[in-house]
Amino acid sequence: MSDITKQSLTELVENIKNKKLSSTDVTKAFIDRSEKSEKLNAYITNDFTSALDKAKKFDQKPNFDLKLPGIPMAVKDLFCTKNIKTTAGSKILNNFIPTYESTVTENIWNEGAILLGKLNCDEFAMGSSNETSFFGNVQSPIDKNLVPGGSSGGSASAVAGQLTPVTIGTDTGGSIRQPASFTGIVGLKPTYGSCSRYGIVAFASSLDQAGPMAQNVKDCALLHEVISSYDPKDSTSIDFKRNHYSKELTNNIKGKKIGIPKEYRVDGMPKEIEDLWQKGIQYIKDCGAETIDISLPNTSYALPTYYIVAPAEASSNLARYDGVKYGFRAKGENLIDMYEKTRSEGFGAEVQRRIMIGTYVLSSGYYDAYYLKAQKVRKLIKNDFDEAYKKVDAILTPSTPSSAFKIGEKTNDPVSMYLNDIFTVPVNLAGLPGISIPAGHDTKGYPLGLQIIGKAFDEQNILNIAYAMEEKINFRNKITDWWIK
Amino acid sequence: MSIDLKTIKHISKLARISVDQQRAEKLAGDLNSIFDFIEKLNELKTDNVEPLTSIAETTLKLRSDEVKSKNIREQIIKNSPQNNEDYFVVPKVIE
Repeated sequence: MSDITKQSLTELVENIKNKKLSSTDVTKAFIDRSEKSEKLNAYITNDFTSALDKAKKFDQKPNFDLKLPGIPMAVKDLFCTKNIKTTAGSKILNNFIPTYESTVTENIWNEGAILLGKLNCDEFAMGSSNETSFFGNVQSPIDKNLVPGGSSGGSASAVAGQLTPVTIGTDTGGSIRQPASFTGIVGLKPTYGSCSRYGIVAFASSLDQAGPMAQNVKDCALLHEVISSYDPKDSTSIDFKRNHYSKELTNNIKGKKIGIPKEYRVDGMPKEIEDLWQKGIQYIKDCGAETIDISLPNTSYALPTYYIVAPAEASSNLARYDGVKYGFRAKGENLIDMYEKTRSEGFGAEVQRRIMIGTYVLSSGYYDAYYLKAQKVRKLIKNDFDEAYKKVDAILTPSTPSSAFKIGEKTNDPVSMYLNDIFTVPVNLAGLPGISIPAGHDTKGYPLGLQIIGKAFDEQNILNIAYAMEEKINFRNKITDWWIK
Repeated sequence: MSIDLKTIKHISKLARISVDQQRAEKLAGDLNSIFDFIEKLNELKTDNVEPLTSIAETTLKLRSDEVKSKNIREQIIKNSPQNNEDYFVVPKVIE
């Protein structure tokens, strides 16, 4: 049984189609391992009983034409799941039962997959370490003292720890790629508009995207192919021709031009990260592609821009949590008092901090100085990428400025926590696709990731580059099962 | 620039989040360090830059306004902290 959870999604799909494994076998194996893995705190809600029922039903009448036939899968608790509690990691949604399904999860179930449960995440996806969740922090399968990254920390922990074959996360400023990098797995943040935002608890609407997290690039391509769709229910969903990403996946990247942006060589970056980047450049060349030095001059302004735009949008989106129609309500002397106490007791410290920043930058007298300024700088950052893509097909950078840090290490210093997303945030601001792949270990043995950034709607290209590099890197994740007695 | 306690109280009122004195002081410290970091944007001249208002360069599509979900009133009401048959209940507003 234990071997089942070690298999990749692609292998599991094949084994189910060839009837070497049943959906029940596979579902049981992942439930069993998930139950032994409570220490990781990766789940907020499990749905194991009905998952087994669904697996049995699938086996009675299997449909092997589906892309995810009878595959069990846990998803981030930011996706609304019909009739199953959806909390966004917050006390304020502690008892919220959606009456509808997010489009992305609907796409997954339509292809035959089965919900295992809802995975822990930073509260409203605001965090880089999964320490802001109302349901407690998540531990990394790499080492019990390490954060798994965030905000999709439960998702990263569950994939790296083999509690689910693959999963989906959301990425507003790096929330898929940074935890993927910290736990030695693959994570793709698609182009803005590629995956529907319908039914995803909103954080910053102009930045949020759902995306796949997996053990390898091929699994990632397959899951992306399932979740990416045009959706009239999301007004910013884009109607473009989507590829069969897994079928069209190739390691032939000969002649591709890959940009190396000098501005990503930041002060204080450990030598290990620079070395990893150089190794990545060599792998690219070994694959027959060419690297070209480029400049993205406004890179250092991306993070300050993000910390205006994202909190501004969040403060508007989170205005809906008032204790009236759903969620937690605190007692108040009158209506306003009830609102103020509900939001004060219902939101955690980081969420309150961001709502306060957002409210301030949008308030009368400050709008031009902050919000308008940030929108202008965002334009400059996007222009940088547009310029670069006249010369190159994709861009290679490190995923994060360091490997995973210790639990509690950065909780008292919001700015140092924010600096973690320095390489991932520009991609969201420009609406581009980016993928993080595991590329090596630091001297402590912790995983390090490389990021490939693509042109808008060019997911196939960055998946191909990642696929070619993955073969050369031959990364092996060091999972010791420390959390299993 | 510096955000004082008076400003914190003002923002918390706008954001409808009650903060006590201790929380307000902590928030003032945090926000000041975050805004110190944000001030970096002032190095850039942006007078002639058009603000980016939409990342997806497409025009918004229209669709007909049809009710797709039916008979979910009961489920929706069930999610509310306090209700009375078909209504959401809030503290008394009119004396």
